[in-house]
Amino acid sequence: MTVADPGNMNEALKKRQFGKPRESVILFVLTLCAAVSLVTTLLIVGVLVRESATFFEEVSFRDFFLETEWQPLFEPVSFGIWELVAGTLMVTFWALLLAVPIGLATAVYLSEYAHPNTRKVLKPILEALAGVPTVVYAYFALTFVTQDLLRPTFGADQVNVFNALSASIMLAVMILPTIASISEDAMANVPRDLREAAYGLGATRLEVAIRVVFPAALSGIIAAILLAIARVVGETMIVAIAAGSTPQLTVNPFEGVQTMTGFMLQVGLGDAARGTVDYQALFAVGMMLFLITLAFNVAAYFFVRRYREEYE
Amino acid sequence: MASEQLRLRAGGAVARRQLVSRVSRYLFLGATVLGVSILGFLAYDTIDSGASRLSLDFLTNYPSRFAEKAGLRPAMYGTLWLMLITVFSSIPIAIGTAIWIEEFAPRNRLLTIVKINLANLAGVPSIIYGILGLTIFVRFYGMDRSLLAGGFTLALMIIPMTVIASQEAIRQVPPSLRDGALALGATRWQAVRHNVLPNAIPGIMTGTILAISRAVGETAALIMIGGAAFIHFDPGPNLADFADPGGFWAGLNESFTVIPIQIYAWTLDSRREFQANASAGIIVLMTGVMALNLLAALIRERFRRN
Amino acid sequence: MTPDATAAESVQRADPIRQPPEDTVFRLQDVGIWYGNKHAISDISLNIPVNRVTALIGPSGCGKSSLLRCLNRMNDLIPSARVEGTVEYHGADIYARSVDPVEVRRRIGMVFQKPNPFPKSIQDNVVFGAKVNGIEGSSGEIVERALKQAALWDEVKNDLKKSGLELSGGQQQRLCIARALAVQPDVILMDEPCSALDPIATLKIEDLIRELVKEYTIIIVTHNMQQAARVSDYTAFLLAQEHGLNGTLIEYGPTNEVFTQPREQRTEDYITGRFG
Repeated sequence: MTVADPGNMNEALKKRQFGKPRESVILFVLTLCAAVSLVTTLLIVGVLVRESATFFEEVSFRDFFLETEWQPLFEPVSFGIWELVAGTLMVTFWALLLAVPIGLATAVYLSEYAHPNTRKVLKPILEALAGVPTVVYAYFALTFVTQDLLRPTFGADQVNVFNALSASIMLAVMILPTIASISEDAMANVPRDLREAAYGLGATRLEVAIRVVFPAALSGIIAAILLAIARVVGETMIVAIAAGSTPQLTVNPFEGVQTMTGFMLQVGLGDAARGTVDYQALFAVGMMLFLITLAFNVAAYFFVRRYREEYE
Repeated sequence: MASEQLRLRAGGAVARRQLVSRVSRYLFLGATVLGVSILGFLAYDTIDSGASRLSLDFLTNYPSRFAEKAGLRPAMYGTLWLMLITVFSSIPIAIGTAIWIEEFAPRNRLLTIVKINLANLAGVPSIIYGILGLTIFVRFYGMDRSLLAGGFTLALMIIPMTVIASQEAIRQVPPSLRDGALALGATRWQAVRHNVLPNAIPGIMTGTILAISRAVGETAALIMIGGAAFIHFDPGPNLADFADPGGFWAGLNESFTVIPIQIYAWTLDSRREFQANASAGIIVLMTGVMALNLLAALIRERFRRN
Repeated sequence: MTPDATAAESVQRADPIRQPPEDTVFRLQDVGIWYGNKHAISDISLNIPVNRVTALIGPSGCGKSSLLRCLNRMNDLIPSARVEGTVEYHGADIYARSVDPVEVRRRIGMVFQKPNPFPKSIQDNVVFGAKVNGIEGSSGEIVERALKQAALWDEVKNDLKKSGLELSGGQQQRLCIARALAVQPDVILMDEPCSALDPIATLKIEDLIRELVKEYTIIIVTHNMQQAARVSDYTAFLLAQEHGLNGTLIEYGPTNEVFTQPREQRTEDYITGRFG
């Protein structure tokens, strides 16, 4: 037996770590996999920038942002983005108005009031709502909400067949689980200590929930709402089916509006020929949509990180 | 204080506060029940209006001008093939990415960028993926409005979700397993391959199945790349093509429709009798989606206990 | 038989549970606590005197914290917890059906093992309990009075808007004491209040306890026997029959007697460090 030579051993180790061809091939393949998502982002940005550049050769930034009318299909054509943005804002506003109070109340109930067993049953049911394909919600918006609920209640002469409110109601249903579930997680992560301290001071359950747990979970709750906004703004089927395709500036939720995504789907359905200005408008609107959702998603990411840092 | 009447029963302000607190319980409960019951109501309404249209013919017929003759056959073939393409093209990349992030990535700024990028991609609206697929796969690579183009588009869409779920699963594996293997002289990959991955597989499968259930219901992205509603043949390779690579490839390059697009078309059909078809289509779609969710839940439960 | 041996024997035979002669705040009669079907403590009967520090000591898992928490109905917050026997507070049964736990807790404050200030400013921390309970006086007065009582005022008076979480551990714990005092309680329960603190911060809290006992009744759970000896007037020694189950009261009496001439062998063993 020879005494192990430390120099040789180092050599052997080195071989193992770096020299083994299999190991480095695998690392290379894994790195390629990880690169796919980066490339995806680059491609999205690349496609949107390149194709909207073609659009902006025809339509000036000035017209895009300052004109108030979106009329790509009829003469005189006009590409003022605000009518689409206003449509998106309108459905987002009503959807949040409905979903935020109900979603947060649900989160408070599940985290602060419900018996653990009740919570164990209710939360998965609620989360199942998040798994429903949006085309299904779209169908309900048009059939049930508009035909059976809104028109009989408010009068068929008041409520358009395609109206913003029906889309908003189903959008609210769609984001309810997002808001409730993420907020509930944030509240459940608030340390028991804080609740006990408040109870120990003679606070009621409601006071503990609203004045201690809610503020302590605020960054998580904000993240939930931001993510929900990003989903509403980016949702296509519900608005395309239920809200109609008339771009207009209105505050009446019973009227039809067109959102950014609604217009994009309309182009995708083949209403515009490739290479024409209205087809290229798809990418300019897509760019706008991408930037808006990006802003909300990134903001949500930082809020989520903040609340993780606070309590984990 | 010892002998005086001591009031510990709620009185005055405390009674009021406790009353408000008790009432609040029912308000919060009411909100929760509202949310949960919507699911039940939607299910009831769909079955009520669609069940009568549901039959074997509905599953095996091609689309038709007549509501009672129209069926889901091409859409079901389309969905099936699309999911196969999506699964096979996305899963390896997603798991590879998750392994790289959790086990191999240098802990530096690049990793932060990769993570933020994934979080953001998971939130990019599906219609943007549709535009991407349309420009890159349909036009640039000339795949046309084919199953392959659709499958790859959906793959890009579900990769971020799958990666995030897989990361979670890998992180759940106790570090002692990996460290134990490394201490015995295993290479990093050997430790991952034999000690980490087998324990993370159930979690990865759960996340993957949930991502697929999202893809099954996706509509907007597929309309963008040109999924059409009225297809009068079975999209994808048929049985004979399995023996013939050329025919198989040709099958993958056929145009397609999927169940959600069919539902969309029926919903917007001006003839109201088609709404029942949409409902019946929703029953089929939801059965599939719920089966996938149930499968995911079963896997999770089963392996949690072991 | 030598006279010494008889003396020792008579000490052995004397009742190890000596109820204090002072007026009592709490009278516990056969108290038992269950968590689901686990019997955490059983058959505890003891009287807790007014304006004294009473220490509950014993090895971990003996149920001393559970006992403390049943005195202001904090156990209510654990769905499976159940209390049997009677806990009388100034002669009123706090577990009677008509009693509101909020009424109980605003009279009987609590300080916890780990300092747990709310993630709010120092001022808001102190004011929280006082405001929900409608204590009269301006916020400024309430804050100043409570912080002075908790011997924290001089250290923080210039940055009351600073987050409570930015204080040191010892300061945080004194903030938690100030927060409890602001509600104007009658009794303060302390659950190992110094276990997360360094020796200097611990000493400050102990001095504070001796100061506060002039006005309040204090019950303190501690695993630190020197601390019990330093701060308490009475000491109750609890021991679990099996690990974590069936904690019972072994000995109770004036602290100096319990520590210097315990009447129970098990008390002596514990105090001299032979187990636990």
